[in-house]
Amino acid sequence: MTDLTRLLAHEMSDRLRSGEVSSRALAEAHLDAAEAGNHALNAWLSIDRESALAQADAADARLTGREPGAHPLLGVPVALKDLVSVKGGQCTAGSRILEGYIAPFDAHITERLRSVGAVILGKTNMDEFAMGSSNEHSAYGPVANPWDLETVPGGSSGGSAVAVAAYHAPLSIGTDTGGSIRQPAALTGIVGIKPTYGRVSRYGIVAFASSLDQIGPFARDVRDAAALLHAVAGRDERDSTSAPVPVPDELLHLPTGDDEAVSGLRGKRLGLPREYFVAGMDPDSRRRIEESVAALEGAGAIVEEVSLPHTDYGLATYYIVAPAEASANLARYDGVRFGPRLGDGDVLGNYLATRGRGFGPEVKRRIMLGTYALSAGYYDAFYVKAQKVRTLIKQDFDTLFEQGFDALVAPTSPTVAFRFGAKMADPVAMYLSDACTLPVNMAGLPGISIPCGLSEGMPVGLQLIGPAWSELELFRLARGFEGLTAGASWRRQEPTQIGLTTDPAEPTPAERAAALAGARAH
Amino acid sequence: MPGLSRSDVEHVAHLARLGLTAEELGLLEGQLNHILDQYTKLAELDTDAIAPTAQTIELENILREDIVTPSLTVEEALGNAPAAAGGYIVSPPILSGE
Repeated sequence: MTDLTRLLAHEMSDRLRSGEVSSRALAEAHLDAAEAGNHALNAWLSIDRESALAQADAADARLTGREPGAHPLLGVPVALKDLVSVKGGQCTAGSRILEGYIAPFDAHITERLRSVGAVILGKTNMDEFAMGSSNEHSAYGPVANPWDLETVPGGSSGGSAVAVAAYHAPLSIGTDTGGSIRQPAALTGIVGIKPTYGRVSRYGIVAFASSLDQIGPFARDVRDAAALLHAVAGRDERDSTSAPVPVPDELLHLPTGDDEAVSGLRGKRLGLPREYFVAGMDPDSRRRIEESVAALEGAGAIVEEVSLPHTDYGLATYYIVAPAEASANLARYDGVRFGPRLGDGDVLGNYLATRGRGFGPEVKRRIMLGTYALSAGYYDAFYVKAQKVRTLIKQDFDTLFEQGFDALVAPTSPTVAFRFGAKMADPVAMYLSDACTLPVNMAGLPGISIPCGLSEGMPVGLQLIGPAWSELELFRLARGFEGLTAGASWRRQEPTQIGLTTDPAEPTPAERAAALAGARAH
Repeated sequence: MPGLSRSDVEHVAHLARLGLTAEELGLLEGQLNHILDQYTKLAELDTDAIAPTAQTIELENILREDIVTPSLTVEEALGNAPAAAGGYIVSPPILSGE
């Protein structure tokens, strides 16, 4: 009998329509997998079996009725990062300061998923307020990477990435402010896209940095990622930054055949930005990228080395703009209207206690940075300066796309997944994990990460970056690359340690991290 | 660029309404200065003639019809409040009783 969790979302969709499988059976198989694997992986902060099965039954009724124009995700399970509001459920954003908070309404994307009939299984672990590149900054413990349980899955959407990589769900939702979808997708060997700024409404999503945050999908193949983006994208008047730009239905009709997909690469003009092969990049990961570029050229794409000269300024610019916006957004967590209220009664003392104890170290660090960058006397030197450099970073991209490049090809991450604790002592080392992804957020552009091979047994991601609103083109290129590599042995390889993840005798990720920290201290 | 002193860190923590322990303040002093060192790189760039970017997509103000639509009830809006009474959130007094 087929293991239902190994199917791709579009394969599930086909079987649901043919009556070969029910949405309830799919939900049960995935809930079982999620519950069995959560001890060793800690990918989920909540699994709602009762709600998921009710949604699945409703989807089965719609499927039986052969609802005309039904979306391909009708009846297909999905996981949501725990910063997406689902009415009546928790929404911790990975923080103690939202412990016990119950979302009083659905996010726009939750409404969309309900309307297409996708089945929400639960909420996934994440770095607190989406601040982090390893998921080690979650107040609810780290998440393990199923390719090597002693390594991180990346972050901040580490739980959403692992839920998909470990076959707990075929699809999940993440958010990406500086790389938080693409980097964990790369480190766990799956597909993840950060859409154009404004593509998906953020109504009902916990905010981090409002000029950078964007919602996007994770999936195990390109067609599935495109279908999930299709389901959630589009204008919503409750988010004034969501753009009135049409969402093409062609997202649901990417080439099914590998040959057709590969033929779409012919004549495409791709830029290879030399600054993305950063100092400190792992040489073997670099070889995977170079081999991928050679394969694209072999399929008829025209690849030219290009320059994005302000790339080196991206990190400093990002770590002014994002903390500044975060310090303002996170001012609302004061223990007055929601969340725990700590302290002994006077208003200032309550603020200090609630925020001092409610936020974790990385969030406090960023609030401090942002508050400083916006404070009297420093606003022009830091914040305005960073916004001006942001203009230069954006112009670098604009210049290339005006020259007619269809997309840029680059690494997603300078390294493969690293061990627990490897970067926790040095915030700047952690921040460098996003050197290849955060300029894309600064420029508001779409970027996709797709698996391109293994380095010493760990997944490597290839990043494709396009002009604003070019998601369909990026998916076509990514689908072409997928077709090109369809025969590669790594494409059929399951995460190396997936078999250990259902063993209740295995340590939890927190225990593994503690053991590694202990070993490091000796 | 001058570094942050311990009293600067305490001042910023106060502005941010973060109650930090002495240990946290000490750790942050070192970490924030290390991060601020990275910022000095931006001084290499002459940006006098460059306009700042606050948002990346060219959206003008988008207006909607001013029509009342359903929203949360008072009970729903108060559902997460640490303390509520009579349809209001209860908070400590902000003004002293003098």
